[in-house]
Amino acid sequence: MSADIFALLLKSMGQTLYMVAVAGLIGSLFGIPLGVFLATSERGELFAAPSVNKVLGLIVNAARSTPFIILVVAIIPFTRMIAGTSIGTTAAIVPLTIATIPFIARLVESAIREVDPGLTEAARAMGASPVQIVFKVLLAEARPGIASALTLTIVSLIGYSAMVGAVGGGGLGDLGIRYGYQRFMPDVMAVVVLVLIVLVQLVQSAGDRLARQFDKRIRPR
Amino acid sequence: MSMTTLVQKTGEAADKGLAKAANPMVVFESVSKRFAAGRTSAEVAALDGVDLTVPRGSVTGIIGRSGAGKSTLIRLVNGLEKPTAGRVIVDGVNIAELDEKSLRDVRRSIGMIFQHFNLLSSRTAFDNIALPLEIAGIDRQTIEKRVTPLLDLVGLSDKRNRYPSELSGGQKQRIGIARALATEPKLLLSDEATSALDPETTRSILALLKTINRELGLTVLLITHEMEVIKTIADHVAVIDGGRIVEQGPTFDVFTGHTHATTRSLLGGLAGLHLPEFLTRQMVEEPEPGLRTILRIIFKGENATEPMLARLGSDLGIEVNIMAGAVDEIAGRPFGMLVVSLLADEARIVEARRFLADHGLSSEVVGYVR
Repeated sequence: MSADIFALLLKSMGQTLYMVAVAGLIGSLFGIPLGVFLATSERGELFAAPSVNKVLGLIVNAARSTPFIILVVAIIPFTRMIAGTSIGTTAAIVPLTIATIPFIARLVESAIREVDPGLTEAARAMGASPVQIVFKVLLAEARPGIASALTLTIVSLIGYSAMVGAVGGGGLGDLGIRYGYQRFMPDVMAVVVLVLIVLVQLVQSAGDRLARQFDKRIRPR
Repeated sequence: MSMTTLVQKTGEAADKGLAKAANPMVVFESVSKRFAAGRTSAEVAALDGVDLTVPRGSVTGIIGRSGAGKSTLIRLVNGLEKPTAGRVIVDGVNIAELDEKSLRDVRRSIGMIFQHFNLLSSRTAFDNIALPLEIAGIDRQTIEKRVTPLLDLVGLSDKRNRYPSELSGGQKQRIGIARALATEPKLLLSDEATSALDPETTRSILALLKTINRELGLTVLLITHEMEVIKTIADHVAVIDGGRIVEQGPTFDVFTGHTHATTRSLLGGLAGLHLPEFLTRQMVEEPEPGLRTILRIIFKGENATEPMLARLGSDLGIEVNIMAGAVDEIAGRPFGMLVVSLLADEARIVEARRFLADHGLSSEVVGYVR
């Protein structure tokens, strides 16, 4: 493998990390509050707003069932509005983020629903406000679940980012397709896959460690 | 709270003693609670015209079977549930009328403990006790000063930095109690606090609650399905069945008086309310000449029975056989029952019962045996 290819590999890896990091960050910024809201807005719950909950739920489901590559193309006008262009790595962050928000929201929702309702009741009995309950009880207790949710999100983002080569997003996946597949360079393909495996592995074990650290429910061995 | 505040509070509690009867901590006035019909359930009337008084400084117990409406009742006191009709007055304030904001302030003056403890698994013992103080917006330094003595009070100073998963059930409930006391409440609600604990741990938790009631002058309102709990610490009791209070009053009087059918069935385990099987097997209901009369003698408080039975023999010349007997303790007073058989005709039995009644012992004829 030549030095050129190696430089290309580094560049692609940088693009992947950039897209995943930014999309993951902005996605969490919107996705976590959305997940909290979905988990607390049904009838009789903390922020009861059943109809809003239903509408948001529908939107989330619609976004999640749209194949990612179609989403990328479908929202090109929106992407152009936000990023000023519809091609390139930065532009690719827009559809990645849009796909990430409902993904995180559903995972966070289920992590929050795992929290024992007795804890919410205890906090209410102490005179906690709904906002205090969210921060001091729900998010605090759901930390292990949220850490796992974010890990899963990042791993999925790495996978999704391979598809944004279609709009010139670059990244490792794009490198694999254009050089490894279209130019018949199996060694490039192998290296790309290897790097991806290592990357996912690192993210997963870091995430697992974090989740374990947050989780005080199990007696430490 | 320091030792001096403990002493001060005890003093205050004593001063308030006089006002107790006139100024109850909690009053329910014809309270009803209905739960609206859900998709899969019909409308349920959980409480139906409940009138109940919790005397200030008392330990008041509400006992009933599951589904009797106990949980709903206790949740009305701190506004976790709102009544459909009636008023719930806590320390002079009608809870049902408060808006969310004022309700939150009132809740800070009412502690609550739960059957499943409801401790945050992500917080240490210390931080769990600190939670209500953080919620009240109290600074870290004051929190430290308040929580440390509470850990002492519940005897878990050494578990300060342990997580709930590292504690036993009894220890978790002690942390729950310390947490409930953190905001120095005037009323403590206990929702089946010992139902998930073994008998020995139950006793130690009840002893702790009694100590807190006595030394901090804190009113305790507890719900339970366990007669033991009521017998051990409640000085007032209300029996609830099908959403109605069927009986209430001082525990000793309710348990030893003419009791409602529900009370009787809940009392099932209480000493001597059941006759031994060997007796019931051969017992008949109608008197016949030559049959021995089975008498149940109930003694309350400090009446001595022994000399009375002896004097039935010496003064009245009636032969007394003791068939069964037991002594129990209710609200700190002895309560006992003896089942005896007497060989005498009806007139003499009447005479014997009058003799016992004259000496403060109630009795009832339960049957006849050969």
